[in-house]
Amino acid sequence: MDLVQLQRQLVDYRTSLYHEGFLDEQFTQLKELQDENNPDFVVEVVSLFFEDSERLLNELSKALEQQVIDFKRIDAHVHQFKGSSSSIGAQRVQKLCIVFRNFCEAQNVEGCLKCLQQVKHEYSIVKTKLESMFQLERQILNAGGSVPV
Amino acid sequence: MARDGGVTWRRTEKIDRFNLSATDTAEEVHVLAVDDSLVDRKVIERLLRISSCKVTAVDSGIRALQFLGLDEEKSSNGFNDLKVDLIITDYCMPGMTGYELLKKVKESSTFREIPVVIMSSENVLTRIDRCLKEGAEDFIVKPVKLSDVKRIKDYTTREFRVGEKQGPRKRKQRDSFDLSSSPPSILSSSSSPESQSPCPSPPSIPSASALDSPTRRLKMTSSE
Repeated sequence: MDLVQLQRQLVDYRTSLYHEGFLDEQFTQLKELQDENNPDFVVEVVSLFFEDSERLLNELSKALEQQVIDFKRIDAHVHQFKGSSSSIGAQRVQKLCIVFRNFCEAQNVEGCLKCLQQVKHEYSIVKTKLESMFQLERQILNAGGSVPV
Repeated sequence: MARDGGVTWRRTEKIDRFNLSATDTAEEVHVLAVDDSLVDRKVIERLLRISSCKVTAVDSGIRALQFLGLDEEKSSNGFNDLKVDLIITDYCMPGMTGYELLKKVKESSTFREIPVVIMSSENVLTRIDRCLKEGAEDFIVKPVKLSDVKRIKDYTTREFRVGEKQGPRKRKQRDSFDLSSSPPSILSSSSSPESQSPCPSPPSIPSASALDSPTRRLKMTSSE
């Protein structure tokens, strides 16, 4: 695939992510903070998000496996997850976290378990999509081109 | 959530950074950013740097107080030249909330003039009101944007910092006292809980508003 095709593919892919609600304007904001002096800013923040999310999802799984469910603890983790997903513009994950918190408040175990599954699912989708997008960007750069804004 | 071992490294890194750029600290606004979220710290740091601010980012209210030198046990160690021009802090943090940090800063005769801005993902009117009444300059609803940072930078004009202006905001009437000599019980002043949506925090981490042993565990003063 030549450079122009790659660039077009990236733009289309990126547009679809916004269109389908995976990403919101906060992601755009992050891109605006990237420049020649900080060319990897978005990748760095998103990588931190991935690490943090994996930790939180582990904690959530463990917490929901306990004999006695500690809803306050779960809510605290979900609150963090909601915050970090909001900060990078991972809109679907953020919205699920809001639902998740409602179930925590209602102390609804079934609801929480279901939400955990859903949020894991949504997270893995957005992770895959972001990684694909970053890979496209790398391909463009390796081909000597520049990443379209 | 704070990462173990992260603090020592961070302090060292900050030392190096400030030593290297000591010569040009004079004109740049120095912001102390406080947030327990790693992702948010990274973002706020970038937002501030791109707005031509020097940034020190810490992961808790306690560390913020240590950096300021308000914690007697780990004093500022010669960071006195690195004046903080603005504090921006997350509201919901384990241990000491942003509100509690705000109060401590405003209670300090040395630091009360530093403008403090609160960030929160939750747009709760009572929370905002409380913070403003306690002397916060502004309240930003997360996620923080570049336009927010550009706005708060205006709070740090030298004229403002010197404290000539007395804002119409109600500040607690207190005699000024040196915070470093106060007993641990001062933390009890933040005992009134929010009536709505308090900060979610893992129960195992004690709130700084507790009166006894959790406070001692936090080692706020050297009277241990």
